[in-house]
Amino acid sequence: MHIVVCVKQVPDPEAAFSMFKVDEQAKKVIPAPGLRMVVSPFDEQALEAALRVREAAGEARITVMTLGADSARAAIKHGLAMGADDGVLLTDPGFEDGDAYTTARVLAAAVGKLGDCDMVLTGRQAADWDAGVVGCGIAELLQLPAITFARDVKVSNGAVRVERVVDDGFDVIEAPLPVVVTVSNELGAARAPSLRETMRAARKPVVTWAATDLGLSRSEVGAGGARRVLERLFVPAKKGACELVAGATPEEQGANLAQRLLEAKLL
Amino acid sequence: MSARGVMVVAELAAGKPTSVSRELLGLARELVTEIGGPVCAVCPAADDTLAADLVAHGADRVYTADEPALADYDSDAWTTCAAWAARAADPAVVLVGHTTSGADLAPRLAFRMEAAAATGCVGVGLDAGVLRFTRPCYGGNVRETVSFNTQLAVATVRGGCYNAFPRDERRRGDAVKIPFDRTALRARVIERQRESGGDVRLEDARVVIAGGRGLDGPKGFEVLARLARELRGALGASRVPCDLGWCPHSMQIGLTGKTVTPELYIAVGISGAGHHMAGCGNARTIIAINTDPEAAIYKEAHWGVVGDYRKVIPSLIEAIRALRASEAKNNQAADTRR
Repeated sequence: MHIVVCVKQVPDPEAAFSMFKVDEQAKKVIPAPGLRMVVSPFDEQALEAALRVREAAGEARITVMTLGADSARAAIKHGLAMGADDGVLLTDPGFEDGDAYTTARVLAAAVGKLGDCDMVLTGRQAADWDAGVVGCGIAELLQLPAITFARDVKVSNGAVRVERVVDDGFDVIEAPLPVVVTVSNELGAARAPSLRETMRAARKPVVTWAATDLGLSRSEVGAGGARRVLERLFVPAKKGACELVAGATPEEQGANLAQRLLEAKLL
Repeated sequence: MSARGVMVVAELAAGKPTSVSRELLGLARELVTEIGGPVCAVCPAADDTLAADLVAHGADRVYTADEPALADYDSDAWTTCAAWAARAADPAVVLVGHTTSGADLAPRLAFRMEAAAATGCVGVGLDAGVLRFTRPCYGGNVRETVSFNTQLAVATVRGGCYNAFPRDERRRGDAVKIPFDRTALRARVIERQRESGGDVRLEDARVVIAGGRGLDGPKGFEVLARLARELRGALGASRVPCDLGWCPHSMQIGLTGKTVTPELYIAVGISGAGHHMAGCGNARTIIAINTDPEAAIYKEAHWGVVGDYRKVIPSLIEAIRALRASEAKNNQAADTRR
């Protein structure tokens, strides 16, 4: 079995937002210099799902794949240190300023080039743009079934069985391989890289592909192929008029708050 | 832009269009006043009664596979139905609720239709005839406004951002049958596990009491439940208590959870990070109860109490009961005088 996990490198989403600046003129979010770049947490959990499938199956090849600048190699290394077998770095100046469509297009082409993929796993959305479009996009471009928001992924007899989170519980969904599955936080925490795998990671193979390696032209990738036009980027205004309810004791605070609720006809 | 109309994918709950579906029909009616064309609804399970209901809520035409089994979301089946309807109606935009169903459907539909998708939108508008979509990103801390250079756009929209179209029984519309081939399905739903939540559906509750990391453990939700009973509200949570197993994930409110727009939102032990506020920021009144006076939630709340919820909430319940009792007494006295 061959599992491809698509990951994205993002500025640490756990960092306080004061570490980010929004340049409304350039329409860019600028992380503070030195802010840690990490694998987007849902993608890390997608890799965790792949590792669990491999453990249950006894064997599977796991490829960790990312699209980004050369510095995104660190995301591949992290995946290899978590236990993936090999890596694919998709990097090309032509990929810059793309959107969810061009990203899915490049990833789908790379999955196609690998040729023998049984399952593509990725996070439900990336921690920067929070769109959740690319996973489904890969499935549609490769004409594969897609199952989103997985909290459990199991493979047996050439089919995947996924518990899919829905608004008031979960659905159990089965689909034949090959398939695309996006993973949600309900799957549980991803493992930390082990010392042993970190030592081995340096010797695991990583290939680098550019647009021409994938048979894609300039007009199909990056800014040339993008369907999204970013019109405006801004920080929403805070309401900022919070009135602190007075009271020397919890009893007074409770009574004063109840009075406010009554006056606002909220009781 | 040609006059091509707007399409809404309508979801059902207990056999009725959900509140966000009705809101999207309201938004669609607003949009067609400017861009022209009809408002179409896709509802794969709609029978004649439901189709008439969707028309009363603002649709001019209802596309349905008339398959009762498709009342619940099925990714392959719904995407196929929505794509067939979108090809037939050729709308400028397809609007879908930002639910776990809509967030699955919209990107698939967009790629299938050579279109593009904006997910989790809080605003959909027209600017010189161009559709623009505003949505939270970067964990709810930033908003982006985007447009698309494709013929068709697909958007998921959060609940509570638009008003539903006032129901009008006199409206007339028609229904179109979607040919649907059940054997073409690849991913199959084997089982649907549902949590029996409280009496009030979280998305529709007028009052929501939500707990966060500051509750310090699952027992905190028992305290919140007492207040919820008193105010006939529903219980919610930020992501941390869900991930820690203090409460079910179905209670999660925020960027990756539910969007709620109650009249009253009481956030207890919640710091107020952007990803949580993305799910509750549109509540009419927000009250924060937190021990940390520096918590970001106080920048978003209307009223705040700095204190230990274990003490504040019981005293709040006492005070509410006392106020209600004295109100009742005053009313009684007024009635006697009359």
